[in-house]
Amino acid sequence: MTATATSARSDLSELGRSETALRTFLHGLPGVDQVGAEQRAAQLGTRSIKTTAKAQAIDLAIRMVDLTTLEGADTPGKVRALAAKALRPDPADPSCPHVGAVCVYPAMVPYVAEVLAGSGVHLASVATAFPSGQAPLEVKLADVRAAVAAGADEIDMVINRGAFLAGRYGEVYDEIVATKQACGDAHLKVILETGELATYDNVRRASWLGMLAGGDFIKTSTGKVPVAATLPVTLVMLEAVRDFRAATGRQVGVKPAGGIKTTKDAIKYLVMVNETVGADWLDPDWFRFGASSLLNDLLMQRTKLTTGVYAGPDYFTLD
Amino acid sequence: MFEYAPAPESRAIVDLRPSYGLFIDGEFVDGEDLHKTINPATEEVLAEVTWAGEADVDRAVRAARTAYEQVWGPMPGRDRAKYLFRIARLVQERSRELAVLESLDNGKPIRESRDVDLPLVAAHFFYYAGWADKLPYAGFGPDPKPLGVAAQVIPWNFPLLMLAWKIAPALAAGNTVVLKPAETTPLTALLFAEICQQADLPAGVVNIVTGAGDTGRALVEHPGVDKVAFTGSTEVGKAIARAVAGTRKKLTLELGGKAANIVYDDAPIDQAVEGIVNGIFFNQGHVCCAGSRLLVQESVAGEVLESLKRRMARLRVGDPLDKNTDVGAINSADQLARIRELSDAGSAEGAQRWSPPCELPERGFWFAPTIFTGVTQAHRVAREEIFGPVLSVLTFRTPAEAVEKANNTPYGLSAGIWTDKGSRILWTADRLRAGVVWANTFNKFDPTSPFGGYKESGYGREGGRHGLEGYLNV
Repeated sequence: MTATATSARSDLSELGRSETALRTFLHGLPGVDQVGAEQRAAQLGTRSIKTTAKAQAIDLAIRMVDLTTLEGADTPGKVRALAAKALRPDPADPSCPHVGAVCVYPAMVPYVAEVLAGSGVHLASVATAFPSGQAPLEVKLADVRAAVAAGADEIDMVINRGAFLAGRYGEVYDEIVATKQACGDAHLKVILETGELATYDNVRRASWLGMLAGGDFIKTSTGKVPVAATLPVTLVMLEAVRDFRAATGRQVGVKPAGGIKTTKDAIKYLVMVNETVGADWLDPDWFRFGASSLLNDLLMQRTKLTTGVYAGPDYFTLD
Repeated sequence: MFEYAPAPESRAIVDLRPSYGLFIDGEFVDGEDLHKTINPATEEVLAEVTWAGEADVDRAVRAARTAYEQVWGPMPGRDRAKYLFRIARLVQERSRELAVLESLDNGKPIRESRDVDLPLVAAHFFYYAGWADKLPYAGFGPDPKPLGVAAQVIPWNFPLLMLAWKIAPALAAGNTVVLKPAETTPLTALLFAEICQQADLPAGVVNIVTGAGDTGRALVEHPGVDKVAFTGSTEVGKAIARAVAGTRKKLTLELGGKAANIVYDDAPIDQAVEGIVNGIFFNQGHVCCAGSRLLVQESVAGEVLESLKRRMARLRVGDPLDKNTDVGAINSADQLARIRELSDAGSAEGAQRWSPPCELPERGFWFAPTIFTGVTQAHRVAREEIFGPVLSVLTFRTPAEAVEKANNTPYGLSAGIWTDKGSRILWTADRLRAGVVWANTFNKFDPTSPFGGYKESGYGREGGRHGLEGYLNV
């Protein structure tokens, strides 16, 4: 793809017009060798990030966190507390940066919006009948419009995995295009739910599909199925955004979500970003972590680096 | 930018003596002829070792003969196995110490000595320990016998791993050994001698004589040895073959290579690029089975090369003890000169040379990862073994042409095939004249898998059930 970048640029926008063209393109992408991809991901996981590099990575990871709560039990009080934590993750240390965004269900958006107004912290909302996506298109689009109207500036949508696995790529594409339109100015993150796509070949195809249809970010998971973000899946998606930019000139972000709980995990992802797509993506505008408990571990490690001692969990807020 | 801070592995775990004697008959024996061994990354002197003369070699062979006749030969296989298992466990217990010392003396990155060399060393001892009491079931008849005393000469690229490849099967089969490590990398073999003492291995079963070419010659030409096993250059291998011709000595040789790594147009490109990098830059390219000739199908050559260059720009060259180093130091000044000479020949013959921007340390022996494009079969860089981080890129149009070019070399140690199509893997592998063929991977080693060459890459197999044959009277 990269070698034919210039000739491909004009062609890609036309792909969505025909199911056949989409299928031919997606099935023509180079395959992913499972063993090789997993080996590469594991190898990057052995990098040793210490001292100054660790401090830098922790602050960057904090800025990349999409602080998330997606529970049936969420209440206005709960999400307000979370939003307050997003603004000042470590009350004891004003030098601690704020997180990238807060991510909640559409019904909770207005309460979060009040807290975040003017802060620079983004407000993301999962729409499109999250997490299954099994609702009529009109319902999903109404979900998106409501979230945007209530103040969300980022929408995390789920793709139609049923249609994708059945090979109805056009249907998936059209839904993403329609959702992007419904978003207006809000950024669209396209959740591939890689745990349900099962193969890396599918992950690569779904990544391209999401980007071709106009997604601003591609995101691994809802966090609601047993297999969420993994390093090899994120590697395949990073390769996809790298190749997509080479082919079209447009940069797309990546968001692994679900199951990333420790600083050590987060640093492995940052190393992977650094060595796969490079510095252009090492920014909250282009890489995010969908996580909740990760933040406190980052804060504990940050405190340990600055003070030299581990503080107990009671010194960090639980929201 | 995300710069990784230095993450050096501590060398405090290694306790080096200022000088080492020879390990003969279970003891270290002081010698006269001391030579320095250096850290190729800094040129700092690590220790002095003894270069064994003919008299020393003779004593070592006699000690091995006595141990063979009186202790190791008559010992039941299950008891030999106990010693081998014990050695394997001690190697695991002391693996960090051995890994650090290997990186110090050889120049290879700690990531590789820690994650590749040492786990494989232990695995080889465990694997052959398991064979020691099962030799009647190895497929060499109901009661295969050992040969006697094995003379083993190993190279500097994987010092401890090559020691394991040699010593483990020899001992499992009931032989005793005299082993000569390479002159630039003797230290882990001497630490292994300490492990033999720690394991209470009977005296004389393993003898280690350090030295250079003369020591090796004295060892393989000694009339008291029954078996010669050599890993190293084809040139020396031929000299050894001539020296043992007409004697009773059984000979196995594992020599040079110029492996083709074939990338078809339907290959998983990202993984193929990893495989190309691993194939040629693993261990600074000091690998006899390195994928030093990339054969890429013309229709994807541009894409593959672009990805390869981008990936090469990420390689971290530098301090072997830094845990984030990917490419370490060249093992010796001599080897560096050889790599430079052949690379200069590549440029002079018209191939295009490319290296990523990378800062090399001022002291020590260093060579940046390098690729040559526009290479033809007639170029020296496509024909001669460089044994360094230098890749020659050639293209092909059809599978038949790929096979023809891959086989068009006097060597035949290994080859790689990259394609998503299973039938093409089998078709290609059937036609490649190479001892090891990797499909959608490269430089993958396992003690259960036989390894060895065709043509001028040597004969005999090491590893697996086949690896026993060279040490049995069959």
